[in-house]
Amino acid sequence: MASTASAIDARGVSKVFKGAGQDEVRALDNVSVSIRENEFFTLLGPSGCGKTTLLRLIAGFDFPTDGEILLHGENIALLPPYKRPVNTVFQNYALFPHMTVGQNIAFGLEMLGKPKAETSQRVTEMLKLVRMEDLRDRRTSQISGGQQQRVALARALAPRPRVLLLDEPLSALDYKLRKDMQIELKRLQHDTGITFIFVTHDQEEALTMSDRIAVMSKGNILQIGSPHDIYVRPIDHFVANFIGETNFLKGRVKTKKAGKVTLEMSAGGTLVAEIPESGVSGGDVSVVVRPENAVLVAPSKGDFRGTVENIVYFGTDTHVHLRLDDGAPFIVRQQNAAGDSVEVKRGDKPGISVAAGTPRILKD
Amino acid sequence: MTDAAGIAESARRTDVRNRWWLTSPALIIIFFAAIGPLFVVVLYSLMAKGDYGDVKFGQFSSEAWLNVLFDRDIFDDTLSLASAHLEIFWRSVRLSLITTLATLFLGFPTAYFISTRPENRRDIWLFLITIPFWTNILIRTFAMQEVVRNEGIINSLLIALHIIDQPVQIMFTDWAVLFGMIYVYLPLMVLPIYASMEKLDFRLVEAGYDLYATRFGVLRRIIIPMVKPGIVAGSILVFIPALGAYVIPRVLGGGKSMMLGNLIELQFGQGRNWPLGSALSITLMFIVTIALLFYVRNANASGSGHGH
Repeated sequence: MASTASAIDARGVSKVFKGAGQDEVRALDNVSVSIRENEFFTLLGPSGCGKTTLLRLIAGFDFPTDGEILLHGENIALLPPYKRPVNTVFQNYALFPHMTVGQNIAFGLEMLGKPKAETSQRVTEMLKLVRMEDLRDRRTSQISGGQQQRVALARALAPRPRVLLLDEPLSALDYKLRKDMQIELKRLQHDTGITFIFVTHDQEEALTMSDRIAVMSKGNILQIGSPHDIYVRPIDHFVANFIGETNFLKGRVKTKKAGKVTLEMSAGGTLVAEIPESGVSGGDVSVVVRPENAVLVAPSKGDFRGTVENIVYFGTDTHVHLRLDDGAPFIVRQQNAAGDSVEVKRGDKPGISVAAGTPRILKD
Repeated sequence: MTDAAGIAESARRTDVRNRWWLTSPALIIIFFAAIGPLFVVVLYSLMAKGDYGDVKFGQFSSEAWLNVLFDRDIFDDTLSLASAHLEIFWRSVRLSLITTLATLFLGFPTAYFISTRPENRRDIWLFLITIPFWTNILIRTFAMQEVVRNEGIINSLLIALHIIDQPVQIMFTDWAVLFGMIYVYLPLMVLPIYASMEKLDFRLVEAGYDLYATRFGVLRRIIIPMVKPGIVAGSILVFIPALGAYVIPRVLGGGKSMMLGNLIELQFGQGRNWPLGSALSITLMFIVTIALLFYVRNANASGSGHGH
């Protein structure tokens, strides 16, 4: 489990890139985040959200326009990359093509001036860790993408960095290999006890691997929390939409009491939701309901009703796409094994029942 | 089955025939423009010299090849080492090597500078590098004379700065030839190195920094090994023409700093010894071939066997 001491502390970090002429791009806008020691921390967001910029500032490839970056309490914001005990796994791996697998892994140790015997032993250890013992003398061009990925990991882990940065390292792999590497990365993080900072735009990857996730958009961090927190209690429309499949509903506050509000939904019926930390102002609000938290029931029952527009079969479950009475789309995910789901066909108008305690009010 | 195999076989034959047809123009040009003349030169080097130039056709003689390295005494026919020739050989090789090294040291940072500029500015820098090619080499060499002569820019500047009070003799020395060759051949070094450097993935440089390599470490362990093909190509492009340089040593070196090219020209001109000129030409080609084989093999060996 992650301890509470922080490995990386970014305080009020901004990064402005000067473009041609007067153009300025504010890639990071006053970002503060504290990443705990021995934590698998993920920066998640669409391309251009600033996640890679933040990673490059921590690595030292770029320097912040404003703010400081602390590594175990020491400000490293202006140190060159070769003076930071931080290593990176690059998106395209950036393996040295003129060196063998073993020479690639040894590179960092050689540059640190480690004795030959120690370096060689550490390379052996690393090859074992990533299960590539027999490929030590291969050229990096002679191994597969998945193997290159492992070499990149071994090379970055060999000098025992305090923090390992991973810049979308799985994006070049095919689906099956990506799944395997996700588990592998998790294992490596656990075995080495090194803080991992992982950058990705793939929400599924983020949910399955991370201890905590920071969701970023347009140079800001919108929400930091465990995968469960982020999924169950998204703070706003962007986070809810970016993570998982979501139904957005419109409602109006009717009554407030004991930390809960009763909402009058524009699709008809009422829903009860908890008041979020950011509070609720009254009037119109947006509510999210995850597709798995709603079930189809007989037309006479349920919180509101919808017309079935499409039924998509996924093997383990079936997605029923409905159109609510106010015109909003709504998806219900039914588990195929459950057996108690209501049989529907296109054009039917079943009732929709939302599990108590699951609707979530968004910050506007 | 046999039908399909037969069709495949005839298609393959047509393919081979077409390939010969398509390459034949190139092969004909190579034969008549390169191999043919070379054969004539070899033939001429093996014949007796004519009294007013040319050769006595059909009279074979090894005299010219002997004269490459030895002088025959005009009275008693004894042979002695042709020290003038050896001196010229040595000067040519030495000056060409120094020129290659100097252009490498000047050209590498230049190529690095250009390839690290924003993409839209690189063309401007490349354009500037190639501008000297627009001017005839003879004119550029005379311009160089203006720089190195006793009343030239270098001497006037040094005198004006009170570093020296008498002009230093640069003109008609090896130094003048060296300055001239470095100036003329520098672009030939910059362009191939730039071509390699432009393809270099600068993320590898970042990976190097990330793995604790300093600027010098990245240069030595990553950039240089990866642009090695460009360095090899540039060195060859500078060394070969430098070895056979004619105009530069003629204009800047005068009669004192003669190089192989001038010696060969002398045999075909005033010397009226075409066989010797031919033999010297073949010798020059021989030196270049050996230097190339040695260099390319060396470069390949150090390129693949890295570390450990």
